Amino acid sequence: MKSGDALRIKTYLLIAFMVIFGPLGNVLLGKGMRNMGPVSIATPTGLVDMLGRVLTSGTIWLGIGSLCTFFLAYMLVLTWADYSYVQPASAAAYAVVAVVAHFMLRETVTPMRWAGVILICLGVLVVGHTPPRTTEPS
Amino acid sequence: MHELILYSLIIGAGTGGELCVSRAMKCTGEVKDFRPRSLVEVISRALRVPWMWAGLTLMATAFFSLLAVLSRENVSLVVPVTALSYGTGALGGRLFLGEQVTPQRWAGVLLVCVGVAFVIIGRR
Repeated sequence: MKSGDALRIKTYLLIAFMVIFGPLGNVLLGKGMRNMGPVSIATPTGLVDMLGRVLTSGTIWLGIGSLCTFFLAYMLVLTWADYSYVQPASAAAYAVVAVVAHFMLRETVTPMRWAGVILICLGVLVVGHTPPRTTEPS
Repeated sequence: MHELILYSLIIGAGTGGELCVSRAMKCTGEVKDFRPRSLVEVISRALRVPWMWAGLTLMATAFFSLLAVLSRENVSLVVPVTALSYGTGALGGRLFLGEQVTPQRWAGVLLVCVGVAFVIIGRR
């Protein structure tokens, strides 16, 4: 296998991890935060109060776990791939969420949202056809 | 107004933090060995790069702003707003990291931005 192909395969693999665990973490965090009601970080007391409630929520801990997995994949892929390549390529997460919502959760996905998903996929394909690395390895 | 400041922090501090982390990870060198012990070594090397701490501080600021917004708004509205960072991210990659953002890559970024905007509108 050529080194360029190996570079692409490992880049795609780690971006796949990001696409799965990023949205999962956000959904879990959203669910956990809405369960605890409005919070304020404008004052130190409000910040401490929010931290206390965050640290006792199981859903938020699951969300944090998912986002840690996302972040590990993200850090590793950035050791060789361009940020301007990884960032738009990981937008495939939006498409995955819409497809899962429609086919697995039986949610209604509007035509406008499908159009957005198609544009995102096209954008990811266009970015995916550029070299993952354009800078010299350190 | 309060929400506007929080959204600005999510996008500005979030993108700035990611660019700093990206710079730090480039300093550690390409990962070729994915065994747990090697990964721990890579992470500990990265944590010794000052850019990493600048990035983590900015990302933590963006994260707490995200939590504050999520307590008031639906996740389906809040998360897509971060799509604005694709444009600033590509620009930052060019100016801060010296990456070659070719016209083809810009076209892809533009498609992603428009697509995410459609997803936002389609969800409302």
